[in-house]
Amino acid sequence: MSEGTFGNPQIVEYETDILIVGGGMAACGAAFEAKRWAGDDVKITLVDKAAMDRSGAVAQGLSAINTYLGENAAEDYVRMVSADLMGITRDDLVFDVGRHVDGTVHLFEEWGLPIWKTKETEGVPLKNGGKPVRSGRWQIMINGESYKTIVAEAAKKALGIENILERVFVVKLLLDAKEPNRIAGAVGFSVRENKIYVFRANAVIIAGGGAVNIFRPRATGEGMGRTWYPVWNAGSTYAMAAEVGAELTMMENRFVPTRFKDGYGPVGAWFLLFKSKAVNGFGEDYVKKQAHMLAEFAPYDKAAVVPTCLRNHAMLHEMKEGRGPILMDTPSAMKALGANMTPKEVKHLEAEAWEDFLDMCIGQAGVWAGMNIRPEETASELMPTEPYLLGSHSGCCGIWVSGPEDLNSPAEWRWGYNRMTTVKGLFTAGDGVGASGHKFSSGSHTEGRIAGKNMVRFVRDHKGFEPSFKEDVKAIAEEIYLPVRNYFEHKDKTTAEDVNPYYILPRMLQMRLQKIMDEYVAGTSTYFQTNGKLLQMGLHYLTMVKEDSRKMRAKDLHELLRAWENYHRIITAEAHLRHILFREETRYPGFFYRSDFPKLDETNWKCFVNSRIDPETKEWTMMKKKHVDLVEKHYGGGSH
Amino acid sequence: MPTFVHAEKCDGCKGGQVAVCMYICPNDLMKLDTGRMKAFNQEPEQCWECQCCVKACPQQAIEVRSFQDWVPMGGAVIPLRTDNSIMWTIKFRDSEVKRFKFPNRTTPVGSIDPYADKPPAGEINSPLLFTEANVALPTI
Repeated sequence: MSEGTFGNPQIVEYETDILIVGGGMAACGAAFEAKRWAGDDVKITLVDKAAMDRSGAVAQGLSAINTYLGENAAEDYVRMVSADLMGITRDDLVFDVGRHVDGTVHLFEEWGLPIWKTKETEGVPLKNGGKPVRSGRWQIMINGESYKTIVAEAAKKALGIENILERVFVVKLLLDAKEPNRIAGAVGFSVRENKIYVFRANAVIIAGGGAVNIFRPRATGEGMGRTWYPVWNAGSTYAMAAEVGAELTMMENRFVPTRFKDGYGPVGAWFLLFKSKAVNGFGEDYVKKQAHMLAEFAPYDKAAVVPTCLRNHAMLHEMKEGRGPILMDTPSAMKALGANMTPKEVKHLEAEAWEDFLDMCIGQAGVWAGMNIRPEETASELMPTEPYLLGSHSGCCGIWVSGPEDLNSPAEWRWGYNRMTTVKGLFTAGDGVGASGHKFSSGSHTEGRIAGKNMVRFVRDHKGFEPSFKEDVKAIAEEIYLPVRNYFEHKDKTTAEDVNPYYILPRMLQMRLQKIMDEYVAGTSTYFQTNGKLLQMGLHYLTMVKEDSRKMRAKDLHELLRAWENYHRIITAEAHLRHILFREETRYPGFFYRSDFPKLDETNWKCFVNSRIDPETKEWTMMKKKHVDLVEKHYGGGSH
Repeated sequence: MPTFVHAEKCDGCKGGQVAVCMYICPNDLMKLDTGRMKAFNQEPEQCWECQCCVKACPQQAIEVRSFQDWVPMGGAVIPLRTDNSIMWTIKFRDSEVKRFKFPNRTTPVGSIDPYADKPPAGEINSPLLFTEANVALPTI
């Protein structure tokens, strides 16, 4: 076949049994596990829009593994996750991650990831009884600069480099023409060559991370890429699954991390490892001071660890009352720690403090260097960031999946294969799986492994399946290439091609989306408040953004990448808006407020909210799903 | 918070179509100007400052300059990464320099043999992962 040009791309048709969409922690886990079960007779292909060595949320590295159970029981892990996410999580999914995750961490260590050990067990691997240095009950410290390159190496070796396509961005999933609600493949394009890829597959896993830059960020200008979660996570996982009719769950949930202001550096080690305190501008511990405010959200305020959103709630109150700046008192913490240390040990402590940034948020080190901030001398400002949507950190939005079969869960939580969505043959993991946060890097890889095994099982059980598409391949390709067509058709009609009434730049569309979400859907500029009327108005404006997305232009392959990322952002944003509109209570104060329903309503809303787009009519349906606790929960000594 | 490329150090990775920085950038930002054979950041306001390109550049031609809409000028954070460690040089605005070195890998690069000494695939219908042969899995 002749080589394509930008205006006339080559269409590559590709057949595989299992298609892995994504290359981050979950996708690497899926590849590693699936290949072992598949042997040589099941073909597995992985497609990553970036390069696997440095793709996904761990691209930069990490300074800790936040989920390692060790001596803890999986039941207690389930309790912690449930409490932090205000009581509405799927115990089956969380328990399942908890019971498998340590073995995955042992693999990381075996592959070469340096994990800190206590002095007494230095050099002893975890699996042989080495004791990790814990920064918290669930977290262990690592030297994680190369975390992702190590995990990617294992996945690449397992799968074989010939089965991996890098720099190919999958933008739509494709349903089967003959069997209703059945996945049949996907379509994407290369961001390096003029090629459109049409994949036919028996099973597909979509594991492309969470959603960033849906809301107007606090940053301006050059700083807009310095988001907390990776700027390249465009909500593709949620949008693509939703568009083929997969049920979403808890899309109203969001995460607003409190981080060091502007650089968004991690605070976990400062709080947990260095025992630092966050105080208001007058030196007061605001979480203690506002305990009565948090009691309005009982029983969750009495959880062993105060839920993340409630801590934000207290902090936002101080900010609104004019008692900022909120400060992390690093000098006092370092002074206290250094009191009984030798100078050499103090030096080591300082290195640890910097490493926390350098391993996972180098930008924060840049902010400190530029501002002459030395943590032993100067306290640093904290700030709640703009909202993020994700399912693996302290958030639980995502796709509704079938759970494990052996945990006495309700029948409606296990309709098929573990981690399969409501679309037959479509799986997900990591940020993709909803109602089950706190997986982090290790849990996401583990969940990818669970899904990977079950995909092989699915493919073996559905051997004769022959994928067929409703539309012909050329029409599918044209849809993908619409932004390029718009560019060529209109670019010469004005004297400066960036200002043109016939098309919209992906960058401008993103800004419009961010402004709407910020002002109508509880972004930073309203202190995360909204109400039904604002949401209805926001939906109206969002609908016009969606219409205009058909007019995005792409002047090159890079802009085509941005155009489709922003399309995914719109669908994800719409899901978020509709879910917030549907849930008539304030479940996550500190993350967002329904000012028309300012209270927690356990009677009517202690339930999952699910949604579905009908792939034919494009209509959304919202629904409540019953919540059940499989593990008994305790708050402040009492059970719940 | 963008990367920038020192013009005198960048050699465009010696005439290939894809420079190393372009290969590795998770956000498709680094681009090779094939006319000049120099790389550049094509969309600075979308840079995460992950420094993946800086760490990978064979010429050490790339640096990050903090975002000027917030961070005062003069600071720098520069990595020097090898196969088993990374050394960081932090330059403060007031010109103090700190240096830290951390390990990043305990095994040789390329040495992972994912299935060596691992159990074969077992029972496909059980909830066990393949590495968990004979493990008694907890249930609720």
